[in-house]
Amino acid sequence: MSAVEISGLRVELGGKEILAGVDLTVAPGEWVTIIGPNGAGKSTLLRAVGGRVPYTGSISLFGTGAGRLRRREHARTVATVVQSPIVPAGMAVIDYVLLGRTPYIPALGRESAGDLGAVAEVLDRLDLTGFAERPLATLSGGERQRAFLARALAQGAPLLLLDEPTSALDIGHQQEVLELVDRLRGESGLTVLATMHDLSVAGEYADRLVLLAGGAVVASGPPRTVLTEELLATHYGARVRVIDGDQGPLVVPVRPR
Amino acid sequence: MRRSHPRPAAVAAGVAAVLVALVAGVAVGPVTLPPAGVAAELLNLLPGVHLRSGLSEREVAILTELRLPRVVLGLLVGAMLALAGGCYQGVFRNPLADPHLLGVAAGAGLGVTAVVALRHAGGTEGLAPTVPVAAFAGAVIAVVLTYLLGATGGRERSPGTLILAGIAVSAFLAAGQTYLLQRNIENIREVYSWLLGRLATAGWHDVLVLLPYAALSAVVVLLHRRELDVLSVGDEEAASLGLHPQRSRYLLLAAASLGTAAAVSVSGLIAFVGVIVPHVVRLLTGTSYRAILPLSMLFGGAFLAITDLAARTVAAPAEIPLGVVTAFFGAPFFVVILRTTRRGAA
Repeated sequence: MSAVEISGLRVELGGKEILAGVDLTVAPGEWVTIIGPNGAGKSTLLRAVGGRVPYTGSISLFGTGAGRLRRREHARTVATVVQSPIVPAGMAVIDYVLLGRTPYIPALGRESAGDLGAVAEVLDRLDLTGFAERPLATLSGGERQRAFLARALAQGAPLLLLDEPTSALDIGHQQEVLELVDRLRGESGLTVLATMHDLSVAGEYADRLVLLAGGAVVASGPPRTVLTEELLATHYGARVRVIDGDQGPLVVPVRPR
Repeated sequence: MRRSHPRPAAVAAGVAAVLVALVAGVAVGPVTLPPAGVAAELLNLLPGVHLRSGLSEREVAILTELRLPRVVLGLLVGAMLALAGGCYQGVFRNPLADPHLLGVAAGAGLGVTAVVALRHAGGTEGLAPTVPVAAFAGAVIAVVLTYLLGATGGRERSPGTLILAGIAVSAFLAAGQTYLLQRNIENIREVYSWLLGRLATAGWHDVLVLLPYAALSAVVVLLHRRELDVLSVGDEEAASLGLHPQRSRYLLLAAASLGTAAAVSVSGLIAFVGVIVPHVVRLLTGTSYRAILPLSMLFGGAFLAITDLAARTVAAPAEIPLGVVTAFFGAPFFVVILRTTRRGAA
């Protein structure tokens, strides 16, 4: 059984076809990162899996059709960190992370001791306990990204969707956050489906890359097979040199002459 | 560890404020009653309590028939306006939202005016039960109009856009109201006495008319107040947390508008309570609506009852309209909130 099985996925937004028949399978515990030029439909693909845009085609999550899941069940199966999450003014980190327990709290109920315990554990694992009472807005970029991640983890969902999780971070914090995600993936058996702009970083952390262009998958496989000078020239219109690194290919932009 | 619920100290302060407003509101007036005696008589209203208050029969009548309904009505109206204001702020994710600034009060006002002005002249005593229903219809139409107009700004809309829409809707509805009044000039006095705040003539009848609507509004909003916290992360993220954002929003808007309409139909137009009270509560207790809304009800009720006390004693024997007093303090306060919001949003 796959964690995610997408076939024939089409999404139209405002009369424009964004995804034109995407097929994609993600195995449980796998980290798959979607790359592609601006406007390729990376975020839309993630939003479709997260159930946040209408689509045609089929998406199954752990063997169940996504459309058959009730909204709360869906939220217990898939947790998303969007590209630039809204930071509610004045909200403390712990209250923000507690929002992640929403799919477990009965419609008119309140958090149980179990919910509070789950949140305390997530805060501890992400080294946020010391920030619990601080307003989210006062945290630095890296700390904030950890809090966003904490809210998603508090959902207790086996599938984690990360839309450009590092785009707002400097290189040190990028590595910190991605190492953290990888550690959590190992500890909890999470499946990770991400989008990323930085190709070298994408290749270093993902088991598999999916290159999306013009709303369709044009290449998919281990980073070494997707991050090639030819594919990147064709689909990004970029001149790059691909160098072998310790963890995967390193993509270096080269100025055209 | 309990999260996001009102702190016991804050609840105690709110309850104390309500009790002080209750005793002071009943004790102070043209005939000053001793506060201790007032407190004793109020306790006597509870079943099974028999205290000696030392008040004469006439004083007890003043207390229970004249002052108490007025103070209770003030508490209820203040609680409703503050609750609705806090709820609108959450639903629209806009700290400036308020029943008046959104045009909801104007819509309710138009509804009331229509019923009062178009009714046969010849003075029905008190408030007709149809009035809150008409007020609710007007309130809902107004909030929908404001929402649609405010949404035309698209995703980039600032908190100000919604308020501008509300002001446009208010102006439009006020024009309709003026037209109705002009066409039915014989009832204009009745409408004006209501517009300027009807608490002056409040009796138990008004309390009974308001109570069921207020209770329904409060129960619905308070039961769903956690959803306001979830909505604070935006619709898309709220949906990914398992919420139906639109469903929650419509339900909460309807409930808040019902509370506003009921309050407006008994009290006339009283501005700014819905923005001042939740804002002060937020400064005191943090940003979770689960704490803000119940505390806003307590402090809003106390605030309006005390304001009413000021309105009827400052220039005694004349009364200053209640809406004038709240606007006098509320407008400068609103400017302060506007400035801090701008800075926060930048």
